[in-house]
Amino acid sequence: MELTRRNALALGAGAFAAAILPFRAFASAASDEAIAAFTGGAAVGTGGITLTTPEIAENGNTVPVTVSAPGAESILILATGNPTPAVATIKFGPLAASQSASTRMRLAGTQEVVAIAKMPDGSFAQASNTVKVTIGGCGG
Amino acid sequence: MASNVKPRVKVPKSAAAGSAVTIKTLISHPMESGQRKGSDGNLIPRSIINRFTCDFNGQNVIDITLEPAISTNPYFEFEATVPEAGDFKFTWYDDDGSVYEDTQSITIA
Repeated sequence: MELTRRNALALGAGAFAAAILPFRAFASAASDEAIAAFTGGAAVGTGGITLTTPEIAENGNTVPVTVSAPGAESILILATGNPTPAVATIKFGPLAASQSASTRMRLAGTQEVVAIAKMPDGSFAQASNTVKVTIGGCGG
Repeated sequence: MASNVKPRVKVPKSAAAGSAVTIKTLISHPMESGQRKGSDGNLIPRSIINRFTCDFNGQNVIDITLEPAISTNPYFEFEATVPEAGDFKFTWYDDDGSVYEDTQSITIA
């Protein structure tokens, strides 16, 4: 292949995509792993859990998040695009009036936030939202 | 070691027996994630609060495991049932082994 300007550009673009791809795959693998560790490989259903996040977060350093899953035993919050996906695991004790909680989290960039609730009968429910982040919150 | 760690908790002064109260907690803490680089180009070691619990008269209300993705000055809002008068005990566990505590009393109206 003759090394023309056009070829060089195509090559460059290909190399760039190749460099990006493994990182993407790694990020989702890490969150899949975290989900598997929480569910123990059980199937995850939908419904019965509400995840409230802003649609657009201007500052990724403090993104308010509210989870609510009536009757749940514990809730796992994951930010799939963060260097370490886990955000928090909330366990509810006998005196919790409602199985809901609010906190603030850091998001590295625009990504999907996932919440998984573990029900007392051993089933799991999942909800996810996409949050657009203008300024990432993980430094670097 | 995080300095100037100050827990702040908002609990109603009194509630009807068996009713639910909303509790808001905030603790000042840098929550260094271990991802940032300092001015010398080296990573700043992780230093976060890794666990928060709330108990009422010895019974657990909520137990939260925190990861580095929780923002600076971790804030939590949740609801608790108040079966009788007593004390809410809030405990934060730091990575460096420190434990921060706060207690709030509530009476039955």
